[in-house]
Amino acid sequence: MTTTTTTETPVLTATGVTMRFGGLTAVRAVDLSVHPHEIVGLIGPNGAGKTTFFNCLTGLYVPTSGKVAYKNTTLPPKPHLVAKAGIARTFQNIRLFANMTVLENVLVGHHTRTKEGLFAALLRGPAFHRAEKASTQRAQELLEFTGLTPKADHLARNLPYGEQRKLEIARALAGDPGLLLLDEPTAGMNPQETRATQQLVFAIRDQGTAVLVIEHDMRFIFNLCDRVAVLVQGEKLTEGTTDAVQADERVIAAYLGTPFEGAPGADEIAEVEAAEAAETAGAAENAETATPPDTVARPEDNQ
Amino acid sequence: MTTPTPTETTPVIPLPLTTARIITAAGAALTILSTFLAWTWTTAFPGNLTVTGYPGGLQILTLIGGILTLAFTLSAWRTPGLTWLTPTGGNNATAYLAAGTLATTWYTLIAIADQLGGLANLEPGGYIAAATTLTALLGALAHPIDRRTAASLPQHGRLHTGALGKALHGIYRTVRPGRTPRPLRPARPLPAWAEILIIAAAFGIALYTVTYGIDTEYGELFTGFLILVSFAAAALFKAGLIARLATLTNKHRNISIAAAFAAAAAFPFTQSTDQYTLIAVNILIFATVALGLNVVVGLAGLLDLGYVAFLGVGAYTAALVSGSTASTLDVHFPFWAAALTGAAASLVFGVIIGAPTLRLRGDYLAIVTLGFGEIFRITVENLDGNSGPSVTNGPNGIPNIPDLVLFGYSFGTPHDVAGTTLTPFANYYLLMLLITILVVLVFSRAGNSRIGRAWIAIREDETAATASGINSFRLKLLAFALGATLAGLAGTVQAHVTSTAVPEQYVFAGPVPPNSAFLLAAVILGGMGTISGPLLGAALLYLIPAKLQFLQDYQLLAFGLALILLMRLRPEGIIPNRRQQLEYHDTGQLDVPDRDLPPGTVGVTKAGA
Ligand SMILES: Nc1ncnc2c1ncn2[C@@H]1O[C@H](COP(=O)(O)OP(=O)(O)OP(=O)(O)O)[C@@H](O)[C@H]1O
Ligand SMILES: [Mg+2]
Repeated sequence: MTTTTTTETPVLTATGVTMRFGGLTAVRAVDLSVHPHEIVGLIGPNGAGKTTFFNCLTGLYVPTSGKVAYKNTTLPPKPHLVAKAGIARTFQNIRLFANMTVLENVLVGHHTRTKEGLFAALLRGPAFHRAEKASTQRAQELLEFTGLTPKADHLARNLPYGEQRKLEIARALAGDPGLLLLDEPTAGMNPQETRATQQLVFAIRDQGTAVLVIEHDMRFIFNLCDRVAVLVQGEKLTEGTTDAVQADERVIAAYLGTPFEGAPGADEIAEVEAAEAAETAGAAENAETATPPDTVARPEDNQ
Repeated sequence: MTTPTPTETTPVIPLPLTTARIITAAGAALTILSTFLAWTWTTAFPGNLTVTGYPGGLQILTLIGGILTLAFTLSAWRTPGLTWLTPTGGNNATAYLAAGTLATTWYTLIAIADQLGGLANLEPGGYIAAATTLTALLGALAHPIDRRTAASLPQHGRLHTGALGKALHGIYRTVRPGRTPRPLRPARPLPAWAEILIIAAAFGIALYTVTYGIDTEYGELFTGFLILVSFAAAALFKAGLIARLATLTNKHRNISIAAAFAAAAAFPFTQSTDQYTLIAVNILIFATVALGLNVVVGLAGLLDLGYVAFLGVGAYTAALVSGSTASTLDVHFPFWAAALTGAAASLVFGVIIGAPTLRLRGDYLAIVTLGFGEIFRITVENLDGNSGPSVTNGPNGIPNIPDLVLFGYSFGTPHDVAGTTLTPFANYYLLMLLITILVVLVFSRAGNSRIGRAWIAIREDETAATASGINSFRLKLLAFALGATLAGLAGTVQAHVTSTAVPEQYVFAGPVPPNSAFLLAAVILGGMGTISGPLLGAALLYLIPAKLQFLQDYQLLAFGLALILLMRLRPEGIIPNRRQQLEYHDTGQLDVPDRDLPPGTVGVTKAGA
């Protein structure tokens, strides 16, 4: 794993990002930066504001205050400009173009990297054909990369769940992003698929795209990430290496109801430990303590 | 994700197969003979069905139905030389044809009895036809046909029990048979010239069929025609012939497109008077505008309820610069300049209307465009010199638009070409056909490109599209403006065809197409996002009300019923987009997640949308 070199320009610098919905502050003054060649995890209990934070980063929400920069250039809160700048994302509740084919979905992802306009399409000059061919080739490479080549002509809606998540990643990569935001990429996957996704994320990082990933599967996060940030009730509780975060008592109190190793019989011990830790830390500020970290049942999916 | 409806292949009436085949063939053969008999005694019923010796009027439809039924029965029976008719090898085509023949024939007999006041007006030939068509249908239903299994139907408590309930269920699972996958038999390899000949023949038959429909002289004949054609089309589809033909046309794409337009261009040469050419040119205008609307609705997914206003802008612009004595502008542009001006004016209006409204999503856009459509008409009515500046002569419109002259070719006078006389409307028909070709080209090229993919992406999921880097506002505006331009272009020709431009032509809904409601209906009925769909939808929507005038007060009722029936049976439109085909049929349930952002709460500003 690459260690963070602070000399490199970060691909993401979020400073003081705050998002208020009426009386509810879903994200409060969050700072976060991601460097090239880095995989950063973003964890936190349900409703902590992780997805909302992603939406602020990608311009789907206009943050109440704060600013987001890509390679030191401040981004306007417009999703298409964010994508064009080089930040791509996937969605927690898969948002594919259901009635387009797999290949077409990826081609749409390549939209920002091509320029052919309406007149080029109507006149169909050689440049148009060349550009279409190049786009198709790039899309096919990405299908190969994600293992979706055999499904290229299927409608996205007809893919099984795991492949739909892969397709979302392929579509996001088609924009040649410098930073990829993944919102729960393994939700609903079986262990094999989760492992495959882990390999895929490593491969994406090795190709030069930094990754910021939200996930509830702790095993996945701690295997994958160079650095983990913890969001609790909209605020960044802590940030650090996986070891530091795992050892952090506040994190355990706020979030890790059970240790991620999940050894048989360890559950009860962990629960007692967590309860003790919560008491000693005097931070029994929410009821989330009892929430097992691996559950996927969420009251509401907003993106 | 998809669960196809379980189907089975069983006869509705249990009989040995050979018996069923003999009954059907005999019934069809006797049906053919019955059309040579007199069905009624007086010529008061249109079409002269009184002659013994040769068929006339509606009898010809029964004759064709009988011939087709016989041919498909023999084909399914593996008669040498006829097997090519049913590449799927199923018997459903026979059943559809027999049902269509029965429906057309019985419709004719009922219409005779109704118009002439009683069954006494039927000659024995009529009864024979009724009996023979019924025989053929019963025989066809004794063939094993693909239909839903009884178990696949939901149990409706009381409805399911009792003889009547059982019978209804039996009918339902036959009428809505679901989809039995039937691979086509491999095609016999043919030399390229033979394949091209087949394509030419297919388009020839299509031209003949459409011409026959347009030329029908009385409403009863058109109704009978529509019944038979609907059943026959379903039969050809079930037999696999449509799929066969689609393979051929895909293989020889350019030739097929050329053949289609050649067939369309041949239409005026089959006409000696202006009567039906006028209908044809109106259909073409309607169809072209519908195709333009399909860019906006079918590709970009923007529900535009005021689209006809752009046709109006084009028509009024052309009228103003046409040199008409009633025009407030004292200019006379040549047609190419008028066409460009009209299209440009529409483009400008499209951008002016689109720029503020396209920031809205969904229902809001529909309401705002509906409003703008009406504002156009009301504005035009008021620019009469009294309520506003004198531009459009208000409700009187701009009459006396002179006929076009292109390169010295006057559109207003008949011309002798290739041994036939091209009437004025035939001239306009050919000009309009060129514009249709242009719009088809624009639609297919724009749709099949980076821009078109972005439109479809916006239609599918606007949030995901913007997150993929698509500037959705700009692309929606582009679709809107392109649609407006195409409608404006069509409007410039329409002004010359109707020779007047009046505000009532450009309303949201009215009895005469094209208006916004009919345009949208043509797109949805024909098949959103396809090229042939809106063309076919427009033809049907124009012809049905025009030919059903004999129903008088019931005309709109019948029209409405026809629409409901069609949308019930084919929600994806007559020509399904390959995407929607999958969406509506093979899936048990629509499992599309809710694609909208949660309703904006206080303090949320949604960006970029
Ligand atoms: N558009 C919105 N309007 C109002 N409240 C919202 C909106 N979007 C999110 N919220 C609220 O903000 C809070 C944070 O939600 P968010 O979806 O960001 O949590 P999360 O950390 O992604 O949770 P999960 O792990 O369940 O995905 C929740 O209380 C949610 O109800
Ligand atoms: Mg979330």
